[in-house]
Amino acid sequence: MSLPGPAIQLDHISRYYSMGAGSVRAVDDLSLTVAQNEFLALLGSSGSGKSTLLNLIGGLDRPTSGTIVANGQNIAALCSLELARYRRNTIGMIFQSFNLLTRMTLEENVELPLRLAEVDRTERPGRVREALERVRLTHRLGHRPVELSGGEQQRVAIARALVNRPKILLADEPTGNLDSATGEAILTLLQEQTKYGMTIVMVTHERGPAEKFADRLAIMGDGKLLSTSPARGVAQ
Amino acid sequence: MKARDLTDLALRNLREAIFRNALTTLGVAVGVASLVAMLSLGVGLQELASKRLSQSGLFDTIVVTPKSTFRGAGRPQREAAQTDKPRRVLDEDARKEIEKFPNVIEVYPQIRFFTEVRFNNKPFATVVAGMPDSSRNSGSFDGMRGHFFSSPAANEAILQVEFAKELSEKTDSLVGQDLVLRYAERQALSTNAPATGNSTESGGGFSVVPKELRLKIVGVVETEPAAGYGGYGNARLLIPLETAATLRAAQVNDLRDIVRDSGASKTTYPSLSVRAKSPSQVEGLETSIKNLGFNAFSLLDASKSLRTFFSVFDLLLGIFGSLALAVATLGIVNTLAMAILERRREIGVLKALGAADSDVQQLFFVEAGVMGLLGGLFGVLFGWLLGRALTYGTNVYLHRQNLNSIELSSVPWWLVLAALGFAVLVSLAAGLYPASRAAKLNPVDALRYE
Repeated sequence: MSLPGPAIQLDHISRYYSMGAGSVRAVDDLSLTVAQNEFLALLGSSGSGKSTLLNLIGGLDRPTSGTIVANGQNIAALCSLELARYRRNTIGMIFQSFNLLTRMTLEENVELPLRLAEVDRTERPGRVREALERVRLTHRLGHRPVELSGGEQQRVAIARALVNRPKILLADEPTGNLDSATGEAILTLLQEQTKYGMTIVMVTHERGPAEKFADRLAIMGDGKLLSTSPARGVAQ
Repeated sequence: MKARDLTDLALRNLREAIFRNALTTLGVAVGVASLVAMLSLGVGLQELASKRLSQSGLFDTIVVTPKSTFRGAGRPQREAAQTDKPRRVLDEDARKEIEKFPNVIEVYPQIRFFTEVRFNNKPFATVVAGMPDSSRNSGSFDGMRGHFFSSPAANEAILQVEFAKELSEKTDSLVGQDLVLRYAERQALSTNAPATGNSTESGGGFSVVPKELRLKIVGVVETEPAAGYGGYGNARLLIPLETAATLRAAQVNDLRDIVRDSGASKTTYPSLSVRAKSPSQVEGLETSIKNLGFNAFSLLDASKSLRTFFSVFDLLLGIFGSLALAVATLGIVNTLAMAILERRREIGVLKALGAADSDVQQLFFVEAGVMGLLGGLFGVLFGWLLGRALTYGTNVYLHRQNLNSIELSSVPWWLVLAALGFAVLVSLAAGLYPASRAAKLNPVDALRYE
């Protein structure tokens, strides 16, 4: 259930890593708000902290300080078990290298989050089919990831991220391993998900596609938020 | 995650590295097999000893004596002094009374008397014992030369081999020959009451008349079936109990009884043997018999000592058997630790998709448990086969020595279940460290792992 107000609200969050005697400020006192149904592209050079920020929003990492309110709950205050539940029910994640389990079929990969969420076995096939229909890949249910192209694998990864009907979709360089045409197809697919009431935060270093598909761009540098601006497509 | 999904995933993971996991499982199987084989030997030997002892009648037999029988001459009669009740006499009435107790198979008097035997016109002194017909199956007569008594009242004798050697150097040739038993028969003094049958005497006492009985030697036995407690030394000439009873041979207690209680009109017995249905009922029967006013004792305590001995023996065998299993557990730890390294990224993906630490931990636990269960199943099978092979080899050797075959090993159900349970438990313990390490993996680090 979507709550009124922003989908994600980051308030003065920092994430420091200890490195020998000193520390690295991966994210440094950053505040940002992402609206419901918004497609936000996080841009920045390597080491700017954008992936760290995505991990913090996704509950894979904890901030050193600050608060992260996502879908109405402060995830910085959640215990490990609650954080796992948050990742399972609120978040869908897509990675640059797809991260599909190679020994499982396409169908089994998509079913995995349903197993973790203890969804009834009878309900699962319908949910898997529904997710695969949204990425237009229902014809290769029994195939293994190695038998699919990069683009198809990313579509499976998107279906896997969608199958638990999350409110927020986090994508870490989803087109990084794809050619530009396939990348555009994937971004089109992501953009479509906002129609289903989904908020998307995508990390990328490719400004062009981000300008084209996202609603807003947030530029990061040295762990800080340098600027935010509406994407060109939106501005036009 | 639900148990079924967890098991599904675990089995899938195990199938992925089937060769390595099969080797680890085989390691567990060898460990369990060693444990099962060792314990099955212990259990088999214990059962063998118990069976032999049970057949001997030592552990299901209670010896009943009158209260004063075992008190030395001149010692005060403490029991009698403490109660006003007249001391009970071990006679036919007492025998019938004991026979009515539940769980009693038979009650028979111990008839033993010291006497003279003539063989080839030479005298030989020995103790004669009456053997009940039930002793036929006691195991004491297994492997004897000749055969058991043809009937419960036959005029036949079985010689203990040491006594047989006194009669003749060629003991085998004795079977089929006759010997003469010379004994003192009690005869009632016919003053007031005439003797009626075996169990009555006149009130005034009895006279002793020398008698002879010709007996056919039907067997020579290596063991000492009439040895043990309750008698007066080892009897080396065995005759059927009914035959012994009809002899009315004077026994050592006769004179004492007639002096102590001249009014007694019935035959008294120095002791009665009471056979219970099983050793477990001996204790209760002993109490009931003592309540009648008799002394009663059995070898139950010795049986308890035997059980203690075998418990310690089994424990030692179990410890030695467990050594291989201990080595196998290291294999499980190693396999699972390797699996964590290989599946580091997968663990990261699972966590990113919402798996809790406990889900990851349980997954590794189930994998360890499955390896333990499979290893346990195969181990029990291998252990059983090993036990059968040992039994077979031992029996081949025993047959060459002209000895009866034995069941050297035994794998009872409790051992199967205990071995399986132990294998799973040990495997889970081995999985404890890898599972906890997997659960604690940082998902960000795990996802970054190539």
